[in-house]
Amino acid sequence: MLWQFSEALILYLEKWTGNMDQLLKSFLDNEILVYTIMAFVPLLWIVPYALFAVYLERKVSAHMQDRLGPMYTGGWHGWAQTIADILKLIQKEDIVPAAADKKLHLLAPYVVFIGSYAAFATIPFSSAYIGSNINIGLFYVIAVSSVVVAGLLMAGWSSNNKWSLFGAMRSAAQIISYEIPTAIAILVVVMIAGSLNLQEINQQQSGWFWNWFVFKYPPFVFVAFLIYFVASLAETNRTPFDIPEAESELVAGYHTEYSGMKFALFFLAEYANMFAVSAIAATLFFGGWNSPFGDFLGGPIWGVFWFLSKGMFFIFLQMWLRWTLPRLRVDQLMYVSWKVLIPWAFVCVVGVGLWTLL
Amino acid sequence: MFETGSDILKTSTGRTLRSEEMIINMGPQHPSTHGVLRLELVVDGEIVVDVIPQLGYLHRCFEKHSEAMNNYQQVIPYCDRLDYLASMNMDWAYALTAEKLLNLQVPERVEYIRVIMAELQRIASHLVALGTYGLDIGAFTPFLYMFRDRELILDLFEMTCGARLLYNYIWVGGVSHDLPPNFIQKTKEFCTYFKPQIKEYNDLLTYNEIFIKRTANVGVLPADVAVSYACSGPMLRGSGVDFDLRRDDPYGIYNRFQWDVCVGKGEVGTIGDCWDRYIVRMREMEQSVRIIEQALEQISEGDVMSAIPKRIRPNAGDCYVRTESPRGEIGFYLVSDGSGTPYRVKARSPAFVNLSVCPEICRGYMIADVVAILGSIDIVLGEVDR
Repeated sequence: MLWQFSEALILYLEKWTGNMDQLLKSFLDNEILVYTIMAFVPLLWIVPYALFAVYLERKVSAHMQDRLGPMYTGGWHGWAQTIADILKLIQKEDIVPAAADKKLHLLAPYVVFIGSYAAFATIPFSSAYIGSNINIGLFYVIAVSSVVVAGLLMAGWSSNNKWSLFGAMRSAAQIISYEIPTAIAILVVVMIAGSLNLQEINQQQSGWFWNWFVFKYPPFVFVAFLIYFVASLAETNRTPFDIPEAESELVAGYHTEYSGMKFALFFLAEYANMFAVSAIAATLFFGGWNSPFGDFLGGPIWGVFWFLSKGMFFIFLQMWLRWTLPRLRVDQLMYVSWKVLIPWAFVCVVGVGLWTLL
Repeated sequence: MFETGSDILKTSTGRTLRSEEMIINMGPQHPSTHGVLRLELVVDGEIVVDVIPQLGYLHRCFEKHSEAMNNYQQVIPYCDRLDYLASMNMDWAYALTAEKLLNLQVPERVEYIRVIMAELQRIASHLVALGTYGLDIGAFTPFLYMFRDRELILDLFEMTCGARLLYNYIWVGGVSHDLPPNFIQKTKEFCTYFKPQIKEYNDLLTYNEIFIKRTANVGVLPADVAVSYACSGPMLRGSGVDFDLRRDDPYGIYNRFQWDVCVGKGEVGTIGDCWDRYIVRMREMEQSVRIIEQALEQISEGDVMSAIPKRIRPNAGDCYVRTESPRGEIGFYLVSDGSGTPYRVKARSPAFVNLSVCPEICRGYMIADVVAILGSIDIVLGEVDR
């Protein structure tokens, strides 16, 4: 009974939300207003997601490391841990070092967050919702996510702290280096799809899960996915590539001098970034919002479910790695990018290219 | 090892272009300086040109305080605070020195208890050293696993003497309390539990590819340099020098047990690198379990307080006794003027001596390596800054 009711409800919703921007246009009749609203929709996801991701991170670490706090705070399964974290952060004094470049220091966390957030504009959450369905979506994501580097450099430079400066320089070198294997791995998918439009890339993977690009042209696309995933870890500063903020070396790297909510904003950006790269991985390689079972549990509403589930799975993987692996050294990190990932990414491009020609 | 900018940038005429070096303070408030050490790093970019350890932030005047005590027994709580991760070993070293000065023979049961406590303490200390070492390299999980297991040892200490960190348990002439009734059983259970845990640490950290990349061939300390700097303990043995005071200058009843001295062999890198120092500690824990198990089998009943003197007043004279603490040779030099108060107390602490080799093995590596090297020295500032 309940199942039938939910099915009927979903069908009804799908009828009305078949194409969200069309729906909004019919109500508002003002394109700028429609796109402004559309741009804010991801924020409705990012903020609760960040809260949940912080909770998930603490739960994953608690299960892996026998931690007690996230298991007990608030009673049942430590549900209040994130709330406690937020309360603590809000109460922290907002410190700006006396010798800091104050304007840059205050601006940096916002620039970092904007860089992460802007990437969400082209992420296709379902067949009915995409912030901006532009035909260079993938190119836009790669370009706009680089803004983060500017924010991190601003944070490190303006703090007037040598450790922060080290962190900023490392992050600039790291993110720029790892964008190359990321871009080449993405190129493999672009070659298969013949499009930079993320919605179109999704549509090409519809049907059963064996239509997903990750299973095409074995093993080239799968290797490209691995390269993308490793490189995305580095781009989001996650272990084993958390070198810019390496707490045992650089104290806390570029955010050493940040406290309270400004510090939290860096973390919000990091979690937003984690989801962005996971969402791109899901879109490019794992069918995006497509159901793995063809039309079964398909459609725009279920699409959101599949898309978020796939994204969250990769986020779980990132967390799992964080609590398992040690950290690489700066030169080893560069070695991995320039001498391991980039050559193999080229091999994948050439492999897929030859395969399609043959 | 890396060449610094000044080595790389040479003009066609052979002149060297110096890049600007930067002085950066690692510590005293830094997560990797383990307490209150300050390392003054001279860096050329990320490459370390020189390291100058600056001490004195903790200094609490152990020796002068000891000389101001009313009697020899009152020094023991201060020994606890020397190396607060190996208080039992510190107390034992001091008690042995005072006993030698007094020419005192302790009961056999006390000897066994002291060995058991010292070896449990060695495991507990190595667990902190190895756990925080993982943390220095960026691995958080092994740190918590090792602290979890260390708690079990602290439970054993707590049931014996009521304290979890500063025990004041080993006294001159004996120990403060006899073992509680179920101590032997509980310790046996701990040994059974602990042996498989070492395998888990190895799976998680020791043979992790990234960990090996970070520690192998890093901070190589050749055997001759280690000897000339008077390094001791795992620092010395990591460099391949087969020397352990428990075997080579035996004290207590160590010569009654079967166990092996672990030395670095350069299994994944060079002899004397950070990984060797790490693996020596890991294997020493296995050997400590062996010793404890044998001691638990052999221990007999008896009074533990019969030899504790009511009033300690040694004849005028001096003596030096050294023992093997988890960090190396801890030695006490006591001078008696015939009164009840020590006339002069001098501690030879291993971490202080081991730290002196730090600049020697840090030059030419990167900042991240300094963290790895410092962690592998395993300093405790309580005994560095006595």
